[in-house]
Amino acid sequence: MSEPIIKIQNMNKWFGNFQVLKDVNLEVEKNKKIVVCGPSGSGKSTLIRCINRLEEHQKGTIVVDGTELSEDTKNIETIRAEVGMVFQQFNLFPHLSILDNCTLAPIWVKKMPKKEAEDLAMKQLEQVQIVDQAQKFPGQLSGGQQQRCAIARALCMEPKIMLFDEPTSALDPEMIKEVLDAMVNLAKAGMTMIVVTHEMGFAKEVADEVIFMDEGMIVEKAETKEFFANPKSDRTKLFLSQIL
Amino acid sequence: MDKINFLKPDKNNIYVYLYLGVFLFFVSIADVSFNSFFGVNATAFLPDSISFFLPLILGVMGLHLIRIEYSGIQNLDLINKKINTNTFNAFLTMIIIFIIIKATPPALSWFIFDANISGDSKDACTGSGACWTYIKVWFNRFMYGMYPNEYQWRINVSFIFLIALAFVGYFSGERLKKYLTLYYVIIYPIIAYVLIYFLISGGSFGLNWVETGAWGGLSLTFIVSFFCLIFCFPIGMMLALGRRSSLPTVRYCSIGFIEFWRGVPLITVLFMSSVMFPMFLPDGFFLDKLVRVIIAISLFEAAYVAEVIRGGLQALPRGQYDAAKSLGMGYWKMHIFVILPQALKLVIPGIANTFLALVKDTPLIFVVGLLEIAGMLGLAKTNPKWLGFAMEGYVFASIIFFIICYSMSKYSYNLEAKYKTER
Repeated sequence: MSEPIIKIQNMNKWFGNFQVLKDVNLEVEKNKKIVVCGPSGSGKSTLIRCINRLEEHQKGTIVVDGTELSEDTKNIETIRAEVGMVFQQFNLFPHLSILDNCTLAPIWVKKMPKKEAEDLAMKQLEQVQIVDQAQKFPGQLSGGQQQRCAIARALCMEPKIMLFDEPTSALDPEMIKEVLDAMVNLAKAGMTMIVVTHEMGFAKEVADEVIFMDEGMIVEKAETKEFFANPKSDRTKLFLSQIL
Repeated sequence: MDKINFLKPDKNNIYVYLYLGVFLFFVSIADVSFNSFFGVNATAFLPDSISFFLPLILGVMGLHLIRIEYSGIQNLDLINKKINTNTFNAFLTMIIIFIIIKATPPALSWFIFDANISGDSKDACTGSGACWTYIKVWFNRFMYGMYPNEYQWRINVSFIFLIALAFVGYFSGERLKKYLTLYYVIIYPIIAYVLIYFLISGGSFGLNWVETGAWGGLSLTFIVSFFCLIFCFPIGMMLALGRRSSLPTVRYCSIGFIEFWRGVPLITVLFMSSVMFPMFLPDGFFLDKLVRVIIAISLFEAAYVAEVIRGGLQALPRGQYDAAKSLGMGYWKMHIFVILPQALKLVIPGIANTFLALVKDTPLIFVVGLLEIAGMLGLAKTNPKWLGFAMEGYVFASIIFFIICYSMSKYSYNLEAKYKTER
């Protein structure tokens, strides 16, 4: 067993007086795929937003790739460059073309030469099959295409970990598959992934472990097969019976 | 042929309604036109009250007759949809047309037919219209202020240079395109400053020095507006970012600064800049009056620009910040490449608004004794030889300001269209 790439110990987070996360403990090893599910408001999104410190936790420790997340700004940006994130609302930069969306961070954060960054971006766009849209602007693309572009943009930073925050929730049903396909390919390539999603089919296909969260706590954490075959807690059983 | 019902025009006898309606409409227009252009009352044989309202009644009747739904004639449908949807709108349409017709003859006669432009003294103005002679005689002063006549070529040369240099962007090759922002934001203002310092102000290279107190007229309007616009924008941007900063010191300083400048009237700021400010300066240290005024107006307008830009920053969805951060961008990279380009695009109308207000605020510099075009006007109208022509002067200044401001707002529409992207 290698040293886990993400290590969360006794992490607590409050929004004002409301406690969103309660004593969360989680270890993720390199190349593992974790699916996080649970009802809305259970803190799943907040949990993964804490991993690249888009949200600050108040208690406990989060260690990502050997660096502890704290107030120190410099190391936050290094961590964020190593942790890619895909959002529910895509969050592409609407004033930049698809290609520029992908090359912006490599050029200005990683100081990559422009030519090299463009080659890398085209390679990533080809992976998600939107290479022919490279010169268009986000507003001209369908939701599925935008989300695939968002995946390519995150991959252009060559991250060690990818976080997905409900990547298919804002999509029309017929576009979900194209995004999931891109994610399955990524998983097969060996990326470390944490995916917040309600797509249980995706979980069954690629996840190594499934985590069920409710009311800010990790209720159940088990190997995928075990999770779907023998859920232990009643809350999980209820959730699964509703969603499957 | 169907029966003709004049109360309910329909498509079946369309040409009967159309010809009759158009005829009535033109009769009413003709009556008002005769009346206002030639002073003839064609309906004098009728009682006064009927004669007065007759064109209105005829016009509304005419518009009623041509109000045919789905007539199949494109222009007619368009007219009906825009100005003739119901009797009340037809009524308003007629009133507006009459007001325009009534107002045209007096305006034309004041501006052109009864106006004078010949001669070079007050005596030449004998007509009842405008005295453009006054503008003609004072034109040089309105353009250049008290700047000595024999040196005015220096202003002309520097302005021609600056206008030519402003068009560099259109002719630059692909390779230089990326330096254009740098050129317009930093290099161009420096060139402008150098030109104005050496050529307009003079004092070296064998050019006689002309003190800034003698500058004036339209050229001063341009100089003050130009530098204030250049300075207030970056200062405002910094203040807007500062006001949203997570560092309390920066945030409270920005809020204090913005609220202070928004809370005091510009005229007192200008007064302070010329009267109080020099008292705080060490002995022997001198800052030109014009420079002080430009600094004062820039800081004043920067506070307004800051609030406009803050509005744009707040309109951006939080996801844009999240996405930029998640890609490892720090504060400055995030703002320069992701946030500000979008926010500034959103606030182009607001910025244009503030800038127009700035240009129109420049006449206030008269309180420190600097006379730009409106200030020169105030001076000219109190000249004993030219008393009584304030009207012409203000009309002239209004036209000049309108041209400046209208071009600025047109330009802002162009910018908006150019940077428009779909969300």
